[in-house]
Amino acid sequence: MSGDVAILGAGMHPWGKWGKPFVTYGVAAARAALEDAGVAWSDVQFVVGGETVRNGYGGYVAGSTIARALGWNGARVATCYAACASGSAGIEAARTRILAGLCDIALVVGADTTPKGFLAPNAGERWDDPDWLRFRLIGATNPAYFGLYARRRIDLYGASPADFAAVKVKNSRHGLHNPYARYRKEVSADEVMESPVVADPLRLLDICATSDGAAAVVLASMDAARRLGVANPVRIRSVSTVSPTFPNTVVDLPDIATDSAAAVPAPALSFRESIAAAAYEEAGLGPEDLSLAEVYDLSTALELDWYEDIGLCQKGEAEKLLHEGVTTLGGRVPVNPSGGLACFGEAVPAQAVAQVCEVTWQLRGQAGERQVEGAKVGLTINQGLFGHGSCVILSK
Amino acid sequence: MTMRVPAVEGWLTVDDQPALLGRKCPSCGTYMFPPTGAWCPNPSCSCDELETVALSRTGTVWSYTDAQYQPPAPYVSPTDPYKPFAIAAVELAEERLVVLGQVASGYGVAHLHVGAPVELVVEPLDYADEPDKMVWRWRPTSPDATAGGDVAGGEPR
Repeated sequence: MSGDVAILGAGMHPWGKWGKPFVTYGVAAARAALEDAGVAWSDVQFVVGGETVRNGYGGYVAGSTIARALGWNGARVATCYAACASGSAGIEAARTRILAGLCDIALVVGADTTPKGFLAPNAGERWDDPDWLRFRLIGATNPAYFGLYARRRIDLYGASPADFAAVKVKNSRHGLHNPYARYRKEVSADEVMESPVVADPLRLLDICATSDGAAAVVLASMDAARRLGVANPVRIRSVSTVSPTFPNTVVDLPDIATDSAAAVPAPALSFRESIAAAAYEEAGLGPEDLSLAEVYDLSTALELDWYEDIGLCQKGEAEKLLHEGVTTLGGRVPVNPSGGLACFGEAVPAQAVAQVCEVTWQLRGQAGERQVEGAKVGLTINQGLFGHGSCVILSK
Repeated sequence: MTMRVPAVEGWLTVDDQPALLGRKCPSCGTYMFPPTGAWCPNPSCSCDELETVALSRTGTVWSYTDAQYQPPAPYVSPTDPYKPFAIAAVELAEERLVVLGQVASGYGVAHLHVGAPVELVVEPLDYADEPDKMVWRWRPTSPDATAGGDVAGGEPR
């Protein structure tokens, strides 16, 4: 298809917590991706860095910081900030430049060094900043929002904390053999349900940690891939970076209130549903085509929301799908075969790129003991703060 | 009695019938909270002269949670040691929007369920040195929601 872009290489630095400069991780991931692609750094024409707002000066201009660390090669540079969606925003920038015929080979890198504990706004008194005010006035941390979503599953659909724990049990098993995962240890349902409550009904082991890590992909035009001798690369079929449609009636981080539906009725699809819908439409594919999905399990309960938002099942049926084993390795559509955020922890600007790395390896059949047999089509999805959709559909 | 003031000027009234102050578009009827934008958020409306209006003082719980761990700064704990509190997302029927807020002191997640009725009250934001600075809180009003008991949350209901 003319709209396809090839993934020539994927590379990651393992996730962990070392507190080194983010560029250290980013360079390691970039070099791994270039080696995997068999492409020389000097042949990269466009570099995109996923930006984060906590890494200090260099982190604000991630693209050029990493390009400089690799050694200035004259490539054009861009830096993308879309919170958790920064990585896919970077992939979209590279993809569209390739599809426009403005370059053949591009490198996208996301790297992060995260502070310990809750993610929090930068210091200072900012009485006009909603992100600062939600902490100051309400004490609403990120897990508080995850708690709100999780509670709705319980009160509306009859979900239970045991259902949420089962997500963690599944993902911890998936991540056991992933060399890039930070947590490679089986977790039992009892361990989850005996861990301390953070944001009712969610407990410590229901909520993902924050991590250091980096991921990179080398993208190329289909013609360039063929010239380089790669006849059947993994292809990006679509990228959805949609924003919400007014009125967005689900309260999203970091907002204190939703839009009002007093004058305009809420759209048929919620924001999260619309992210996947746009990707399916562009790819000409549907949920029935998926072999696997990497979804943003910031919390165990949120993974269940995603099953419904990407169309694997109807509203309120995610728990059933989970317990039937459909989303477990060996099931019809394994979800988070990488182990997900449960095993990685979140490295914000790297995570969406890491999701694409995992699907690339799965589609190539290189995922080792976590391989999804016969994987043909994979989807990655997440939602970034401030209205950033992020969904990538890939196929063989 | 000391003079009570809103924690954020222009966001709420703090008299006996306290209310959040939102904006309303006189052209299309869309509401907005917080009252920070000067233009209508409806994409098919270009009105930029919104009216300031008091929002409904009652609503129903869209969802709720609590904060068992002390949130990081800029949150300031009113007590030492820290005491957990609950948070509710409350749907206002007329305005058709959902507003977050802490749940009134004395109430926890055990007093709440999705759809439960609540009303707006004001309580000190609890600056030790600024006890008159008031913030909005949601107080459960169903007959079975009596303040007290294990307000720290504990087991989910």
